[in-house]
Order: sequence, then structure tokens, then C-alpha cells
Amino acid sequence: MALSREEVLKVATLSRIRLTGGEEERFATQLSAILEYVDKLRGLDTEAVEPLAHALPIHNVLRPDEPRPSLAPDQALGGAPERAGDCFKVPRVLDEDAGA
Amino acid sequence: MNLTDLTACQWRDALREGRTSSREATDACLAAIERLNPILRAFLSVDADGARRCADEVDRRRAAREPLGLLAGIPVAVKDNMCTADGQPTTCASRILGSWRAPYDAHVVERLRAEGAVIVGKTNLDEFAMGSSTENSAFGTTRNPWDTERVPGGSSGGSAAAVAARMVPFALGSDTGGSIRQPAALCGVVGLKPTYGRVSRYGLVAFASSLDQIGPFGRTVADAALLLQATAGHDPRDSTSVSEKDQPVPDYLAALDEPVLPLRIGVPREFFGAGLDPEVEAVVRAALAVYERLGARLVEVSLPHSTEFAIATYYIVATSEASSNLARYDGVHYGRRSSDHADMIDMYMRSRAQGFGDEVKRRIMLGTYALSAGYYDAYYKKALRVRRLIRRDFEEAFRRVDCIMGPTSPTAAFRIGERAADPLAMYLSDVYTVSANLAAIPGASLPCGFTRAGLPVGLQILSDVFTEDRLLRIARMYERETDWSGRAPPLAAGPTARRGGAA
Repeated sequence: MALSREEVLKVATLSRIRLTGGEEERFATQLSAILEYVDKLRGLDTEAVEPLAHALPIHNVLRPDEPRPSLAPDQALGGAPERAGDCFKVPRVLDEDAGA
Repeated sequence: MNLTDLTACQWRDALREGRTSSREATDACLAAIERLNPILRAFLSVDADGARRCADEVDRRRAAREPLGLLAGIPVAVKDNMCTADGQPTTCASRILGSWRAPYDAHVVERLRAEGAVIVGKTNLDEFAMGSSTENSAFGTTRNPWDTERVPGGSSGGSAAAVAARMVPFALGSDTGGSIRQPAALCGVVGLKPTYGRVSRYGLVAFASSLDQIGPFGRTVADAALLLQATAGHDPRDSTSVSEKDQPVPDYLAALDEPVLPLRIGVPREFFGAGLDPEVEAVVRAALAVYERLGARLVEVSLPHSTEFAIATYYIVATSEASSNLARYDGVHYGRRSSDHADMIDMYMRSRAQGFGDEVKRRIMLGTYALSAGYYDAYYKKALRVRRLIRRDFEEAFRRVDCIMGPTSPTAAFRIGERAADPLAMYLSDVYTVSANLAAIPGASLPCGFTRAGLPVGLQILSDVFTEDRLLRIARMYERETDWSGRAPPLAAGPTARRGGAA
């Protein structure tokens, strides 16, 4: 399964990774080789086989809906690249004329 | 004999008997690290002050006859993908985390501290645990103590090298596709991946959530058992950690010297096929012959989906899970944020492009592709079906045998740079190890000899879920007949420790 440059670019965008320079070519070649390898799974008959997402039969592990101590704001904000009070400061998300 | 030649169990006895102090042990390790780390780069950070404070406190408690934990006063190292809230960074060997400091300790780190262990530092790894050689670290590769032109294996190469070179007696690593077992084999030490769910993943930076497990490295089986004892058990903060009502934690050390007999050892034909280095095969078969002399019976088994198909399955499942787990590194809350972005999305794209290394980018993109619309059924769902076939292979085998053995790695340690240009060649280093992660079963590698060039060879032992106690006893049977752990890499010999009264 060979990936074209365009397909690599599309996957990179979905992955939120900006590719530059010769990266598109290089990754296209490498990813194609890996995808070709994993294609060997097509040869296996799995018609009657259920997917196994999790090898141990543990389901729906819940706890009582009670508040518990968690990170204090300063701890949570400790690694913030940019901070404004008790908030993580980020580039604008909404357009200027989006609703208030 | 140098103090650093003592195993963790020997330290424990020497400390209890007053023949040495935790401060002496810690200073000996710190001296070894100071001498060897510039060559080996096993450690990314060393906390000498914190370690000494901790050691002094244990010594004080011991003198005051206060209660002490299982690991009291013994130096230990922790792979740098486990959170430590003691001021040391937790980098995952990635520029995207760089100097990030975790706001909490991982569960296993809490356990080490509670048991009185002295955490001396954080060890090097392939970035985000993605790799089989530690060459993918953003902060330089670790070198194999047996031949510094060669890799220590990966992704827990730092921990494996630190133990092999006697910088610390034992260390924690993590294993998603072989990342404890393979470096253990390449560095000539014992490494164990527990059953999935046996050890809490809380505070282990997630790579593939259904595959990751934390486990011990030691020079001996008993040391690995001791570290496993301290870290195993339920943790409500990890919803995949198994309850102790269902699976109580046994005493891994109590019966360690009791052989498992009768013993049926499954030898999979697929683990001895093309790609296995003939020297490695010969050394491993000699180890199997030792088991036969002890009374075990070798039984040929087949695990038809466990090698090539398992690699293919793994590189879809693990990368898919990774693409989801690593989405959090976006420059918003912590870690590296780009400074040249135009808007929010651009911030994600540049922060990640600048912060992640090539292998991490490759795996995120593979996983994203496998999960994307139009490909999800053909790749991800298909891989999950094959995962069930792999699990069935083991279930059927364990009806006929008590454990499965074979080589841990198809080759001994390869040269630094040899496989870096060919991701697929690198992936095939894990051909015998990935199936255990997919099937959730425990596995260990134990040193079983050397190649003519003096490179370690590892014997892999796999057993059924939650049978680590039996697996350790089986490993101990072989260890008692041999003395591979007595042989130290030449660069680890030397007067690194103060003369002490120990052992």
C-alpha cells in the first residue's frame, strides 16, 4: 500500500503535525513500507473472529460519584507555557465576530 | 569486591546485619554513575542530594529501630517515562517535555518511596518508549556496557545498561512490545514484564494503554522478584489494574528456590525460524538442554500468529493507541509550545513538529491512518481480530505446557546506527516479544550466555496470566545451574567503591 505525498500530508494534518522540507517524501516512503508489511494481515481469515481490544476481561470500572482531592490550581498550571491567573493562556480560538 | 557488585538482595541482608549503611550503598552507586554515565549515558538525571537525604533517613530509622520497608535503603533507578514529583524532570526522552516536572509521583514511584528505596535518578529511553535501541532518545543514545559501539536495546535501554554496568542494583522499566525483555537480553540482565494489570500504570506516561506494563530489571531473578513484590497490586487510580480479590499478589520470594517439576516447556517452532542468528540459537538451545537435565520436558508447540502477524498487529494496535495518547502534547497545558504559530491549530502543528522526533511522528501518523475513516475496519479492527487469534494461540499452548521458551531477541546487540535508517528492520527486533503484550501474558528474559564476540544472549520465558511466581521459580531453576550474573562488563570493574565491610 503505497502512500502518495498528498495522503501523507492529509494524515499529518489529521495528526496535527506540520511536515516540512523533504519530510513528506521521506515519511511517504517509510510509511508505505510499513503499511505494505502490515498488509500481510489481509491474508488471514478472521471472518468468525471477534475483535479483542483488551486482553483482560475488566469492564466498567467505576467509583462512587464523590469529589476527591485532586491537583491544586498551582500544581495544574505549573507547566503552563503561558498563564493568565488561573487559566492556561492560548491563541484565540473563536473568530472576532463569533457570538459572545 | 566492590560494593556495587552486590545484588539488591545482598544489599538488603548487609544493611539488615549492619555490615554497611544505606549512605555507603548510595555513595557507591553515585560514584559508579559519575564514572560511567559520561560513557554510557544511562541516566538522564541524577538526584544525588535527594538520594543521600533519603539514604540518611533510612539509616536513621534503622538505628532507631523504626519499621522499615521491603527495599529500605537500596538504590534504584526509574525509567524517565514514569512521573517523579521530587524536582527531577520527567522527559520521556522527548523535546516536547524537555524540562517538564510532574506534579505527582507515579504509583510505582510512591511504592518505591513507601518501601524505603533510594531513587538515584531517571534513566534514558527511546522517545515515549517507541523504539528497540534507545537511539530514538532526543538526548543521545545509551551505550551497551558490554560493547560501547553497540546499542543496549530499547526502549528501556537506560535502565538495562544501568543495572548491567552496576551503577544501581535494580531498576524499573516499561514494556509495550518488548521494551524490558529485549534490552535485558542485549545487556545480559534479568528483565520481567508482568501480566497486564498486575502493576499500576498510574503515572506511567502512556504509549499504548492496552499493552504498557511496568516491570523490574535486576542482575538476578531474586532482585527482579523483590522489585516486582514492591510494585505489584491493585491501584484504584488505574482502572485497568486488576483487583487483589480476583488476583491476590503472591509472595514472589518465598518459594523462589523451589523448582517447578514436572515441567513441560513449550518450544515454538516459529521462534526458531528464519531471521534468528545461529549463534543466538545455539546459546538458547544450550539453555534449554540445561532444563532437560533438570528433568523438564521440551514440547514442540506452534504459535502460528505470533511472529510476523504479531508484528503487523502490534504496529497497528500500538500506533493507533499512541496516536490517541500522544494527542495531548499540543502545547496548551504543558510541554513545549511553539513561538512561531499563526493560530491555535498552527500552534498544535508546529509544537508537535518541533517537539517530536521522527519515530514518534511516524507512529502517530501510522496510527492516525489506521484509525481514519475508510481504513478503520481494514487496519485497526482487523488487527484486533488477529489479536484474539494470538491470544488463542497462547491459551491452546498453555493447555499443553507450563511455559514457553525461546530467544528473547533474534540477534545480540547490533551496532549504533546500523538499523536507524530502516524502521522496519528495527521493528523486527521485537518479533519474539510483541505477542506477549498483545495477549497480556507475563514474560521474562534471563541471561543465558554470550556470543563469541562477548555479547549477551537472553532466554525468554513466557507463562500464563498471573503466574509470575511460577515463572520466577522456573527462571531460578536455570539461574542456580549457571552464573551469568557473576560476569561483569569490563568497564564496570574497577575501584569505584569505598572499602567497606559489606559481604
